[in-house]
Amino acid sequence: MHFLDFEQPLEELQKLISDIQKNESIDDISKAESLQLLGQQYKTKQEKIYQNLSPWQKVQVARHPERPYSLYYISQICEQFTELHGDRNFRDDKAIIGGLGIIDGQTVMVIGHQKGENIKARQFRNFGMPNPEGYRKALRLMKMAERFNMPIVCLIDTPGAYPGIEAEERGQSQAIAQNLFEMAKLQVPIISVIIGEGASGGALGIGVGNRVLMLENTWYTVISPEACAAILWRSSEHKVKAAEALKLTANDALNLGIIDKIIPEPLGGAHSDPSTAATLLKTEILAQLAQLKPLSTTELVSQRIAKYEAMGQFDYKEA
Amino acid sequence: MAWYERNKQNITTTNNEKREIPEGIWHQCESCRTVTLVKDFIQDKYTCHSCGHHERIGSKEYFELLFDNKEYTPLITNLKSRDFLNFVDTKPYIERLENTRKKTGLDEATAVAHGKIEGMDLVISAMDFDFIGGSMGSVMGEKMAKAIDYAIQHRCAFMIISQSGGARMMESSLSLMQMAKVSAKLTQLAAAKLPYFSLLTNPTTGGVSASFAMLGDINMAEPKALVGFAGARVIKETIRVKELPENFQSAESNLENGFVDMIVDRKKLRCQLAELLRYWQHL
Ligand SMILES: [Zn+2]
Repeated sequence: MHFLDFEQPLEELQKLISDIQKNESIDDISKAESLQLLGQQYKTKQEKIYQNLSPWQKVQVARHPERPYSLYYISQICEQFTELHGDRNFRDDKAIIGGLGIIDGQTVMVIGHQKGENIKARQFRNFGMPNPEGYRKALRLMKMAERFNMPIVCLIDTPGAYPGIEAEERGQSQAIAQNLFEMAKLQVPIISVIIGEGASGGALGIGVGNRVLMLENTWYTVISPEACAAILWRSSEHKVKAAEALKLTANDALNLGIIDKIIPEPLGGAHSDPSTAATLLKTEILAQLAQLKPLSTTELVSQRIAKYEAMGQFDYKEA
Repeated sequence: MAWYERNKQNITTTNNEKREIPEGIWHQCESCRTVTLVKDFIQDKYTCHSCGHHERIGSKEYFELLFDNKEYTPLITNLKSRDFLNFVDTKPYIERLENTRKKTGLDEATAVAHGKIEGMDLVISAMDFDFIGGSMGSVMGEKMAKAIDYAIQHRCAFMIISQSGGARMMESSLSLMQMAKVSAKLTQLAAAKLPYFSLLTNPTTGGVSASFAMLGDINMAEPKALVGFAGARVIKETIRVKELPENFQSAESNLENGFVDMIVDRKKLRCQLAELLRYWQHL
């Protein structure tokens, strides 16, 4: 188990619990009693910590190395899933995955950022940072979904689009821009869910939707707190301050009107009980699908455009 | 630094209103240091006659150098930025806005105008880098959205002149959403079969390049303009190199890589736009 810095009290309790479990000099009855007591203490403490997470702590939970990623959720949510590869132009990006799936008897196109579970996999997935061909693969699959009237589900979890030389040369900007344009007018329902990190254009590039949802312990904004701190405060040391200023939590996003709903996570974050997290996610996706399915293609497109058109806060000058 | 004076008024200008250029004032090119008379420099549309360097100019200068007789109608002038997050970095956002307004005489990082080019209608949304780096906030997105509505209503071609470092961090996620907002509005312009020209000037980066700036039916760039997604510092840190390739993220490499249709010298921009607009007059 991996504990975050603010979970230190939990780490200590966990250590105590495993010490007692291993201790053979304690009789079974008192062992069971102590373990039950400690288990309750652990839960209470966990509840307390997770009820009051600061924005920066939520960023940490969203980046937790044991947090479930897109392919895990897909495996839990879909009765069957067939991954499809490649942008038909250059390469198969590994940081964005996608394919056909069946959720509760309905065929959908599922697309998601993908991070790796260990060092090797993380490198293979480029740490969830897509190159342009990732966005182009996503668009190819979305167009296919449109052709066959399949709803689209996008799972977002990226620290950003990859800032590399070749990514620039192959048109990172153009790839993301094209997706924003095309996603606005796709004639099928789009549900986008931030399941981890929602960093900037790299997230938005598969994030436009009729419904945009966030898991409870995720973040979504224009820049990572570290990069924001580096620019505005001239040092990434100010990341905690930046995380607060950016209003990047799910609650903030809901208040700002950039998302429609927050999906709760199990106590202690999605990583502490991935299967429950997947069930909660599936339930919400199905509920949203049920709401969107009766809408006509015209209604879907106009609802989506109107939703983004309404985003922004400003004042009118006095006449 | 430019030594010429800028006319700060943002109102419809006419032929009669001539720039007051004091005699004997010289301009030195930022790039090659060649010194020219300010009036010659302006005659050359703020480009250096010696090295061709395009000095950055603002929305008003573009409107004047592009529209017939320097005549145009400013549109959507009633919006101003709001500090809805009470954002404070090294300075409160509200203070930054106030200071910038005072310093530049501008009210936001983008201005919209309707005018004619060789008699053909065009609505232009042009940015001002002087206003917080041309950063894209809610007002920019709203002005562009309303400008697109106006273009559709009046059956005008539409143009965005970009010069921006990207999103305005002080408006956080709502600045990010302006990328989706303007891109979504551009689908309506396309559905109305009206052309959209995008001119990329120095610099066009971040969220601006990763949305509407790259979505032109015709993408144009000014010579040597910086055009790219990620900043040079971030790229160097990520891939751990000290130097980036020559001409990396330049207008010229964007042309080479297939992301802009043409590089247009500012002296020929008006003429080039007229040439393009004419195609839509002959459908
Ligand atoms: Zn020069």
